[in-house]
Amino acid sequence: MEISRNMKKKKRKPKKMIRSKGDTTFTIVNYLFFGLVTLICAYPFYYLIINSISNNELSSLGEIRFLPKQLHLENYKQVLQLDGLPLAAIVSVGRTVIGTACTVLASAFLGFIFTQEKMWRRQFWYRAIIITMYFNAGLIPMFITMKTLHLTNNFWVYILPAIVQPFNIILVKTYIESIPKSLQEAAEMDGANIVQVFFKVVLPNCTPILATVAIFSAVAQWNSFQDTLIYITDQKLYSLQYLLYTYINQANSLAQMVRNAGGSVANVASAATTQTPTSIQMTVSVIVVLPIMFIYPMFQKHFGKGIMLGAVKG
Amino acid sequence: MELKKNPLKKKVKKKVSRDGKIMFLCIVPFLILAFLFSYFPLHGWIYSLYDYKPALGLSGSEFVGLRWFKLLVSSKTQIDQIIQVMKNTFAMSFLGIATSILPVGFAILLNEVKCKGFKNIVQTLTTLPNFISWVLVYMIAFSLFSTTGLVNTLLQEGGLITDAIKFLDSDSHTWLMMCLWNLWKGLGWGAIMYLAAISGIDPELYESAKIDGANRFHLMRHITLPALMPTYLVMLMLSIANLLNNGMDQYYIFQNAFNKTHIQVLDLYVYNIGLGGNSLSLATALSMLKSVISVTLLAVVNFASKKIRGSSII
Repeated sequence: MEISRNMKKKKRKPKKMIRSKGDTTFTIVNYLFFGLVTLICAYPFYYLIINSISNNELSSLGEIRFLPKQLHLENYKQVLQLDGLPLAAIVSVGRTVIGTACTVLASAFLGFIFTQEKMWRRQFWYRAIIITMYFNAGLIPMFITMKTLHLTNNFWVYILPAIVQPFNIILVKTYIESIPKSLQEAAEMDGANIVQVFFKVVLPNCTPILATVAIFSAVAQWNSFQDTLIYITDQKLYSLQYLLYTYINQANSLAQMVRNAGGSVANVASAATTQTPTSIQMTVSVIVVLPIMFIYPMFQKHFGKGIMLGAVKG
Repeated sequence: MELKKNPLKKKVKKKVSRDGKIMFLCIVPFLILAFLFSYFPLHGWIYSLYDYKPALGLSGSEFVGLRWFKLLVSSKTQIDQIIQVMKNTFAMSFLGIATSILPVGFAILLNEVKCKGFKNIVQTLTTLPNFISWVLVYMIAFSLFSTTGLVNTLLQEGGLITDAIKFLDSDSHTWLMMCLWNLWKGLGWGAIMYLAAISGIDPELYESAKIDGANRFHLMRHITLPALMPTYLVMLMLSIANLLNNGMDQYYIFQNAFNKTHIQVLDLYVYNIGLGGNSLSLATALSMLKSVISVTLLAVVNFASKKIRGSSII
């Protein structure tokens, strides 16, 4: 071993010398390329954040580009008093938390049950659920269905349809199949029933994959825009994303609204902290994006693993 | 011996089948959910045979047979509209397929970045856009590319242009713009899977290639790239199967009076005529055709995959 390793080193060294020029150029270009791509991806977020905390007058002139100027938090204070925003935040947080908890538990339980060979007609039911991934009744039939089920203008339209997710079930099932069966058998020997096995044996051993499922569904819930658009007309049930969308479309009337709401405060406030349409949009955008930015790096390490499992099957 | 054994076996079998039934009962609620939100909506397809008016209900609406399907291929204006919509749909899909090789290149090049910290930062920041909603993407587009946005301000200050360029409120290069936004959002995320695949390549391969005198570029070209091809092929086939499914979030949010002709993809068109224009039955007929064609496409692609790769993609 030692000898061969030495030989490798000896052999490689001269070649490296010859190619070093092309190599270095490549390395530099490569680093520059990724620096640029990263900048393009990250700068817009930075731009929104610095503009939401800077002098609003400068901001509306487009002067805030690299560093925030004349910091203030007035935008956030004002925006949080906007009609509908706190409620929309509650709706968004609510659907994210409840929806994620439901689908994680359901995926874990279904994934587990579908690994049990003794289950009655296992293959049939498994296929019946998985196949729903590949067809779709279409927009209008879905709308009529929701109407029939009294789910339009109902908070539960955010939760119920998202509970059984075939892809998540595949992920969990594949993962459970890789856990040694002896664990479950041992628990069963001790007299544990199926529910106990699920909670005591399966759940604790599946945390990586369940974390993956959780982050995916949380992000999907938080970002979902289409379901509010289609099924909800009641303003009380608007999600943050939808509210932001309406804000972008009616920015001018919005700024007026804030000024009116501010009343006496607005008279005192200087132009530097008075809300402009852009300042409101940017501030709400930051409020919408911050949770994602905070949660996401924590779960990042799971992505690769989860996706690989999906690729094996999918 | 045999006589004694038989009743015991039966008992075990009975216990097994009883357990299996209990497991089945446990998942019945989830089966109902899957039924309600995936199979039950299919009944809505019969609305395509009626002139459905929500106020009258299905029983009060007129039965019109295949009128809507005939309309799709008989009225001149309707045909022109459908052709434009199909052009947009295919244009977006093919641009998506054409750019789907870019994440492979991204992963291969990023793999050549040896500085771990830099690599992590790049990966984190380039995947971030994938986790924000299209509403936020639009907000970013708005704040950077509107007529008073940063890009126009910079160009004007630099003396490159005198009048602001309308990036958003115009119909020039709509397809390309949509593709670029898609790329901005999805490039880093698309690469994650390939990066995971790269980490699974046997290091011995690289070692022995180096001994044979291969340089960095040879390794990328002849080891890394071929190793990623199977994954790429699966992704390619999936995107072919999804030719008609562009989704509507992105296009709905970016659409305006100026770019409507070129942004209306099939999904958005169904929404616009169905919920926007109130031709519920026509929209149902369209989405029904779309679903049938999509499932057929998937079956064909899956069959092709079995022939080519020897394994199915679903």
